[in-house]
Amino acid sequence: MKATDLIGSAVRNTFRSKLRTTLTVLALFIGAFTLTLTTAAGAGVTDYVTKQVASLGTDDVFIISRTAPTSTDGPVPYDPATSSASSGAEGTSLPGAGGSDPLTDADLAELAGIDGILSVDPVQGIAIDFIELDGGPQYEFSINPTSSITQADLLAGKQLTQDSSTNEIVIPSNYVESLGFADVEDAVGSTVQLGLTDLLGEHHTVDAVVVGVSQDSLLAAGAGANPALVAEAADLQSARIDTGPARYPLAVAYFDPSQSVAGIDALQAEISDAGFSAQTVQDQLGVIKTVIDGIVGVLNAFAIVALIAAAFGIVNTLLMSVQERTREIGLMKAMGMRGGKVFSLFSLEAAFIGFLGSAIGVITAVAIGTALNSILSAGPLSALPGLEILLFEPSAIIGVITLIMAIAFVSGTLPASRAARKNPIDSLRYE
Amino acid sequence: MTSTPIIDARNISKAYGSGTGRFEALRDVSLRVDQGESVAIVGKSGSGKSTLMHIIALLDVPDTGTVFFAGQDALSLPAKQISEVRNKEFGFVFQQFFLTPGASVLDNVTLPLKIAGVSSKLRKERGLAVLKQFELADKASNRATDLSGGQKQRVVISRAVVNKPSVIFADEPTGNLDSATGKVVEDTLFDLNQDLGITLVIVTHDEDLAARCDRQVFVHDGVIVSESRKPEHAA
Ligand SMILES: Nc1ncnc2c1ncn2[C@@H]1O[C@H](COP(=O)(O)OP(=O)(O)OP(=O)(O)O)[C@@H](O)[C@H]1O
Ligand SMILES: [Mg+2]
Repeated sequence: MKATDLIGSAVRNTFRSKLRTTLTVLALFIGAFTLTLTTAAGAGVTDYVTKQVASLGTDDVFIISRTAPTSTDGPVPYDPATSSASSGAEGTSLPGAGGSDPLTDADLAELAGIDGILSVDPVQGIAIDFIELDGGPQYEFSINPTSSITQADLLAGKQLTQDSSTNEIVIPSNYVESLGFADVEDAVGSTVQLGLTDLLGEHHTVDAVVVGVSQDSLLAAGAGANPALVAEAADLQSARIDTGPARYPLAVAYFDPSQSVAGIDALQAEISDAGFSAQTVQDQLGVIKTVIDGIVGVLNAFAIVALIAAAFGIVNTLLMSVQERTREIGLMKAMGMRGGKVFSLFSLEAAFIGFLGSAIGVITAVAIGTALNSILSAGPLSALPGLEILLFEPSAIIGVITLIMAIAFVSGTLPASRAARKNPIDSLRYE
Repeated sequence: MTSTPIIDARNISKAYGSGTGRFEALRDVSLRVDQGESVAIVGKSGSGKSTLMHIIALLDVPDTGTVFFAGQDALSLPAKQISEVRNKEFGFVFQQFFLTPGASVLDNVTLPLKIAGVSSKLRKERGLAVLKQFELADKASNRATDLSGGQKQRVVISRAVVNKPSVIFADEPTGNLDSATGKVVEDTLFDLNQDLGITLVIVTHDEDLAARCDRQVFVHDGVIVSESRKPEHAA
């Protein structure tokens, strides 16, 4: 029998017992549907988090803080006049930043002395009272202290220029309309004013050029400012009063990113030994990814359970079909069909059932998922811009179909080998 | 008729089961069938007729004895070649129709060609030609299960001849049919024998059908008890 005829016969046989095939396909459908949605959700969330974490920092830096957290905050001068201005200045979403002892210049020197650390920069917090555009309404505003090392998820414009002497700023997109810009493109290139209060209670304004507009971000709160702007603001804020030795909540240590993972780990261990905690962006990503993978894993487990049940369904369906078609198998063998071809016929039938179930399941999942995506991002998830909760990757879809066809094929081997071994005489005598 | 018999079975024994349940269905049976002959295997129910036919049709293997097909020791051939002989040289008509339900008449008839790997175009041509010969051309696309008994048996015979076999084995070909329809089927078989020189091996307990064959072999309790020839042996 020719391969095309084998496949054709297998497909036709599948539709001979429609109800039975439908029920088996349904079980596979549920597995394929679930598996497609869970993998898509995993991919969607991972993709979102990866983008978000990238906005936390580049991959050639450690975020350094003191290891031991203390119950008291460091002796940062506190002025009630600045209290409402901005919480984002000191607070940061970076793990390890809050509640630990600040770093001193001596610490920075010690860190810089570690072999493999290229340079160490302190992270300076600046408290901005407000932002305004040429005398327009004023809005509370905060600058992400680690913005000098981040890659903003830009909607328009470009990233900050680290070594520029002009004051540059990247504003979050939700400020665009409030400040009176027509759209994000309009905002880029214009000059805004930042208001701040110094330690003595005097008000100052600093001009900054908007170089980019960033997507609202879940993890990296606040705007980005380049070193020139941070330096000028910090200078104004201190009112040129010596507040004692400088203290920083965080520092950023640069290393050579081209070295091996083991080298980075060793460097990290060395920094820990010195009493600091060093985290890479990958570390931060890793923790989040582990959680996501865990959740997706549990969901996938449900889908796999459905598929295992479906596999038994296939075995059962085909065993019945082999039984029913005993005389037909006997006849075909009497007419010279070899056992191997009979085996192929039934295995192909199983694989086709697998294909039907998985293809219909995947197509339905993608259709429903795409609709769900737009509903969710317009509704419940509108607070998380840029999140496409279900990300259907072609490789994942092909993977699901292949997996289910393989499961179906393996399930089909038992009935198929039973059919192949049938003796033509016994089969012809079968009542 | 050639000197080499198309089928030559020698000293065939076949037993079913083992121990006390052991049953000897055939005991030291020998049978020669010449090319173009029509042979009837006659006997009571359970005498071993079907068992003998299955063995000489290479569907089953005897416990002892040898089967030659066209001078070749068929039992020593690899399974693949045995399948090939059945596919190319033999046509089968069984007591039951064994038609695939739901499949069309044409698909049922061309099944041996499909197994042989013939292209679907050639299958269709050949299938339609055979159906025409048996006056079933208008039924080609009907479902096989929707036909009358006599039509079904003609479909079965069409299937048996579609691969242009040298031997047709028929097990009770008229057993399922009323006498009038049975007669039509008989005529069809003997026409094939006469016109195309196809060898016929017919298992039957119908004396009249047996009498139409060139030769009758009587089986009783697994042994060939006698043989007879058609009195006026016409060519
Ligand atoms: N698979 C088997 N196992 C055990 N006994 C069998 C088997 N097949 C056939 N027999 C026995 O072998 C004997 C011969 O069977 P066979 O089918 O050849 O008879 P038959 O002459 O064709 O009868 P009928 O005219 O009723 O078809 C019977 O007694 C039957 O019970
Ligand atoms: Mg019989």
